[in-house]
Amino acid sequence: MTLLEIENLSIKHRAEGVETTLVDDLSYSVAAGETLAIVGESGSGKSLSSLALMRLLASDLHVTGGSVRLEGVDLLTLSDEDMRQRRGRDISMVFQEPMTSLNPVRNIGSQITESIEENLGLSKADARKRAIDLLREVGVADAERRMRQYPHHFSGGMRQRVMIAIALAAEPKLIVADEPTTALDVTIQAQILDLMAKVCKDHGTALILITHNLGIVARYANRVNVMYGGRIVETGTAAEVYYTPRHPYTQGLLNSVPRLDQDRKQPLKPIMGNPADPFTKITGCRFHPRCPYAQDLCRTTRPDFDGQTACHFPLQTQTREAS
Amino acid sequence: MTQPFLRIEGVSVHFPMRKGLLQRQFAEVKAVEKVTLSLNRGEAFGLVGESGCGKTTLARTVLRLVDATEGAIWFDGQNITDLKGAALAPYRKRVAAVFQDPFSSLNPRMKAGAIIREVLYVHKYQGDMTARVIELLGLCGLSDRFAELYPHQMSGGQRQRVGIARALALEPDLIVCDEAVSALDVSIQAQIINLLEELRVRLNLTYLFIGHDLSIVRHLCDRVAVMYLGRVMETASSEDLFANPKHPYTRALIDAVPNPDPLSEAARDHVALMGEVPSPLDPPKGCVFHPRCALAMDICRSGEPELKRHGEGHLAACHALNS
Repeated sequence: MTLLEIENLSIKHRAEGVETTLVDDLSYSVAAGETLAIVGESGSGKSLSSLALMRLLASDLHVTGGSVRLEGVDLLTLSDEDMRQRRGRDISMVFQEPMTSLNPVRNIGSQITESIEENLGLSKADARKRAIDLLREVGVADAERRMRQYPHHFSGGMRQRVMIAIALAAEPKLIVADEPTTALDVTIQAQILDLMAKVCKDHGTALILITHNLGIVARYANRVNVMYGGRIVETGTAAEVYYTPRHPYTQGLLNSVPRLDQDRKQPLKPIMGNPADPFTKITGCRFHPRCPYAQDLCRTTRPDFDGQTACHFPLQTQTREAS
Repeated sequence: MTQPFLRIEGVSVHFPMRKGLLQRQFAEVKAVEKVTLSLNRGEAFGLVGESGCGKTTLARTVLRLVDATEGAIWFDGQNITDLKGAALAPYRKRVAAVFQDPFSSLNPRMKAGAIIREVLYVHKYQGDMTARVIELLGLCGLSDRFAELYPHQMSGGQRQRVGIARALALEPDLIVCDEAVSALDVSIQAQIINLLEELRVRLNLTYLFIGHDLSIVRHLCDRVAVMYLGRVMETASSEDLFANPKHPYTRALIDAVPNPDPLSEAARDHVALMGEVPSPLDPPKGCVFHPRCALAMDICRSGEPELKRHGEGHLAACHALNS
């Protein structure tokens, strides 16, 4: 069942009469309960498109077209008040920096109960009970005492657990997690992502997991969108995208990461050049300046997205060796 | 046996914690505790571990930015632990550093050329400085027009190349790379890793490479030491350490890293390491790792294990290995 359907979403930046396209005609959907990963580099539009569906874009960024439908309701046409009510209740977000996304001058308990009281209409005492249960569920020991503490009393990993508790508080149907573990150590990263996978499964919550780590995609996601230059360049199940990448960018990403399960001396094959800067005009395919297979057509004409990839000359399906 | 190029001998670094009007010392953070390591000339040595394990403090001690509380550091046959002023200058020329964040480690008000030239100027370089700057930029894959650019006009990867060019300016023998590729996009990371490898061979450099990404450290380094709460828990060649980890902590670290292959990931049975790193103000008695260790026995709670030999060049500090 489709939970979220994004169609032809475009986001532009407007300043001093100059318009720059940051997200270009983006379409994808998320089924109830699934985990969709979005991978891409800086400037690929992966975070922006997610902020847009939360209606949290900065004031100089504008959605210039398209729709974001959650269970059939277009979030982009809701009044600010209606949208505010849906945040937390229908969709919630976990950000990268657990240091800056919690309020430093309010205790943890009040930050969790706020969402519960607002969205579930529980009394103060009931909200408090539920908050304690939530903290226990996300693995915060000694929850009752921790409720009275402030964010600075918590380690990075613990803060991210609190963020997950807040995100879960009103049982949303969808959680958007933007690089939730990038600031954390690998051991804590595994704890937090295992926890997110578990709570999403237990509550039937769908998850959009924005990351740059292809290992995280492999371990936690059902499907993956690869974004480059404001567009989806490839989509598929995690296995399809890994074993039979169709877009040269996807192949380039896979070849540029060193891996523990491969020969140490295997040389890395980086993608040449730098990530596409949205403010530099590139005609045709935005990846062409870095693409080893680029031809004349790629320099002049933007490739259409065929439901799987956006490339004039998709790679032939050659199965990668299983490792 | 030949003498090691860099010898860290029983080095401890303690930071006093002071409070009150009289700045009375009430506690001590033992950031690094009796670490002994040797680096051979021309090798890349990796330091890994979670945040707070002391890897950066140890590197800063080698750079003489932090003073060792006890122990000694020998560089190319000379004890450099207590060198001061003019006596330290020759050492400073031979040791350079590349930092994590190319945004904050380059002066935003200086052009790249001036940033590199400053190092030459300070150390009274005898020769054509402009030619040397261009040579260094070229060595790092940047054309001479970059000398005229400010850091904000460059991408993250280009900035890191300037950082490396600056480190190379005085033809150092040892380069300390503190998370030198962590802040970069995946495709750019691979470029910089390849550049570091190429430079090492070309200029016969020795690297002390600090990283939290195990796959990168394994790829780049010949030998690795795993640190936890200021101590070295295990050290071995990269091949040996990752194929045959002895210490339960090393095993947990490796387990936490997801690989990009979805099918092998699904088949893998990973168990996330429980808990978090304890406070270095009050480290656990006995083996500092025992509260998180699945193999902990009575002896682990009372006695601190010593580093013992478990194979050719393979040291590990664990009671469970001795029984």
